[in-house]
Amino acid sequence: MAEEGKAIDALGQFELGTVFGPVGASVGFTQSNLYMLISGCLIVALMVLGMRQRAMVPGRMQSLAESAYGFIDDMLLAQVGSEGRRFFPFVFTLFMFILFGNMLGLFPYAFTYTSHISMTFVMALTVFVLITVVAISLHGTKFFGYFFPEGAPIWLAPIIIPVEIVSYLSRPISLSIRLFANMVAGHVMLKVFASFVVMLGALGTIGPFIAIMPLAINVALIGFEVLVAFLQAYVFAILTCIYLHDAVHLH
Amino acid sequence: MPQLDFANPLMMSKLIWLLIIFGILYYVLKTYALPRVASVLDERAARITADLDAARDAQAAGEATMAELRASTAAARAEAHAAISAAMVEAQAASARQAAEINARLSAQVAEAEARVRAARDQAMGALREVAGETAQAMLTRLSIVVPANDVTAAVDRAAGQGAV
Repeated sequence: MAEEGKAIDALGQFELGTVFGPVGASVGFTQSNLYMLISGCLIVALMVLGMRQRAMVPGRMQSLAESAYGFIDDMLLAQVGSEGRRFFPFVFTLFMFILFGNMLGLFPYAFTYTSHISMTFVMALTVFVLITVVAISLHGTKFFGYFFPEGAPIWLAPIIIPVEIVSYLSRPISLSIRLFANMVAGHVMLKVFASFVVMLGALGTIGPFIAIMPLAINVALIGFEVLVAFLQAYVFAILTCIYLHDAVHLH
Repeated sequence: MPQLDFANPLMMSKLIWLLIIFGILYYVLKTYALPRVASVLDERAARITADLDAARDAQAAGEATMAELRASTAAARAEAHAAISAAMVEAQAASARQAAEINARLSAQVAEAEARVRAARDQAMGALREVAGETAQAMLTRLSIVVPANDVTAAVDRAAGQGAV
């Protein structure tokens, strides 16, 4: 028991388990999915209950819902242009789902579903499939001209084309690893310093005084993590917008 | 690292649930939640546009009224000026006419007076001549010279014609 208490288990928080007893276990419903469900409900609640009054001058909840809407709308308009309007529900869902996942994960005992590479990769792959389908359906075979920019010297083709293809294919990888790595690093740090607080706090009379230091670090880290949680959701959304721009306009 | 433990069967089921939950969330937001936000925002934008239009119309109407007022003020001023100058011309004409009338009357009076004066002088001259004739006759009688009366009168007339002209 004493030995276990001293080891820092920073990764245990990412362990998958099932919820809702035997029913959940039989359908493989993990705590990750539970938090997805919670954040989905919160998003819907924000957008539906917040807008319920339909006030001309919005209240607090309504202006939150409206500014979330306006934020993504402006982003799409600035990055993709007016053709980007039809992707609005998708980008909005993506942004809110990642943002709420990141933010919910900061609560104690909560599970951060964006800290799993498989989850972020599936999201990134969805974006990748979307942009590829959009590009091919809009431009047909001209889409493949994307890999060789017009006006480039033809003898550079053997270099440019592989580079462009690799950079195109690496989009979902960079997109998913960025989000996953940021969330994991933040949560591991929080967990490590929180373990320090407990360990140092147990060191007799002087312990609680020393334990203040990692506690202070954790307070600062939480502030940073809130920033990172927003920033990573923003980066994911804006990169999706940029890729959509490429898909719609081909450069 | 539990995230890389792809042998865990929960990893796959988690992803399937992810797709289900994300899909439902996308559907709910797309068909139900987001159009409501859009309608509220459109409504507000329409309201703001309408209000701005109304304000612009009111401003235009005010400016038109102002221009009308300015025009009517200018017209009234011009009319007043015209009336003043017409009255002035009329008054000048009237005064000129009056002055001419007065002048005519005065010159007529002057002429009449002059005629009267001339008549009086002629009369006086005639009387004087008579008196001179009588005086000359009387003096001649005193001197005992008998002269016909006609000669005396003719002489007096001659003398008067020489001196009095």
